[in-house]
Amino acid sequence: MPRKVKLLVGSKKGVFILESDEGRRSWRLAGPFCETWPIHHVVGDRRDGAIYGAGGNEWFGPAVWKSTDGGARWTHSSHGIAYAAGETPIKAAWSVALAQGRLYVGVEPAGLFVSDDGGARFAPVQGLRDHPTRPDWQPGGAGLILHSIVLDADDPQRIWVAISAAGVFYSGDGGATWAPRNKGTRADFLPEGLRYPEFGQCVHCLVKAPGRGDRLYQQNHCGMYRSDDGGESWISVENGLPSTFGFPAAAHPRDPEALFLFPLNGAEQGRFAPEGRPTVWKTTDGGAHWRGRSAGLPQSDAYFGVLRQAMASDTLDPAGVYFGAGNGAVYASADEGETWTRIAENLPAISSVETLVIDA
Amino acid sequence: MTISRDDFRPALVRLPSALTALFPGAPRVVELPPGSVNELIEALDSRWPGMRDRLCDSSPAVRRHVNVFVNGARAKLDATVPPEADVYILTAISGG
Repeated sequence: MPRKVKLLVGSKKGVFILESDEGRRSWRLAGPFCETWPIHHVVGDRRDGAIYGAGGNEWFGPAVWKSTDGGARWTHSSHGIAYAAGETPIKAAWSVALAQGRLYVGVEPAGLFVSDDGGARFAPVQGLRDHPTRPDWQPGGAGLILHSIVLDADDPQRIWVAISAAGVFYSGDGGATWAPRNKGTRADFLPEGLRYPEFGQCVHCLVKAPGRGDRLYQQNHCGMYRSDDGGESWISVENGLPSTFGFPAAAHPRDPEALFLFPLNGAEQGRFAPEGRPTVWKTTDGGAHWRGRSAGLPQSDAYFGVLRQAMASDTLDPAGVYFGAGNGAVYASADEGETWTRIAENLPAISSVETLVIDA
Repeated sequence: MTISRDDFRPALVRLPSALTALFPGAPRVVELPPGSVNELIEALDSRWPGMRDRLCDSSPAVRRHVNVFVNGARAKLDATVPPEADVYILTAISGG
């Protein structure tokens, strides 16, 4: 059965969907969807093709949007996505993840909600909400956001989340209890002697390597890290990168040693591609060595950035890799990041890119 | 607020297009029983489930960038909506 690839693009002004066949040479663009709401993250369900978008509108608050017909029609719900009366209300939904029929949603201010009915109703993951460190969580530049939700396809009890700027937290019991998982990651913005706290790191993006192992990668505000024990400990793998700063990370669909990054020039230097020359950096040995790949990317005066959720790989072989930029361009590689093609331009500022490979 | 049968002269409520676009079939103008702003929004939610979440946050309050005017005065959730009131629900200047 031939397959098709959908790129699910969240933007400041709605969802866009790019679609191609397995060759990934030509793409058709559809959108904007979701009434042009700011949508931070969009994912698709491989089982049934349903698409979920997490967003928030300045007028109307947070919502999870859903389409079951490829984007033609959408519904929205925030039923149950609320904190108790008197607490700071939820501003927006920031992240969404699917596994074993459960739909998790991360929000700002940081919290996690879960739906067991396909996104109609949500319930809080109270264990994270009640975590004793929560009163001390500090917001990052984009707010106190829960932006990464990492689920284990083989074990629904295992959940990792990343919060800016509270760090990584892990639950091994389906969300009932949580523990920080930040050992070895720096917080350069804290005073000397306090730069390796139990929590409070500014993690930018957390991804899991494929397979049954415990390997995780994180792009942090302060460095690039790998964990081989489910986040119990982290080692720096930033040596060889042009910068310790960046937002997104994209794992390979099959190779746990491979990872793709888009480093930026620095937290206080503009946060764009170093020297205005966008480059995707790739490792095939777990971060021991890095190679920059820029063929097909603009190599002069290109001062765009790529946000934390705006880079992804697909599940085809060779794997496709994609990123969306702040200038509204989407770039695609059909050869595991070696060469790149711009497949869309002039979209609103792009927040997220995910892939959905389904039967054509 | 208790409304007697004799007082059932509906308020005329105007809804913003950015809101009705989210609820297929919702009209821009709707007649609703008088009472309070909160009761009015509950009535909207009973007709178009989920509309309260779009208009109110959990504090609970009308969302910061949504304005409710009752007979020309900006109104909070506990404000009275008298019979035959003119009610406007408006989206505030916001966004970029």
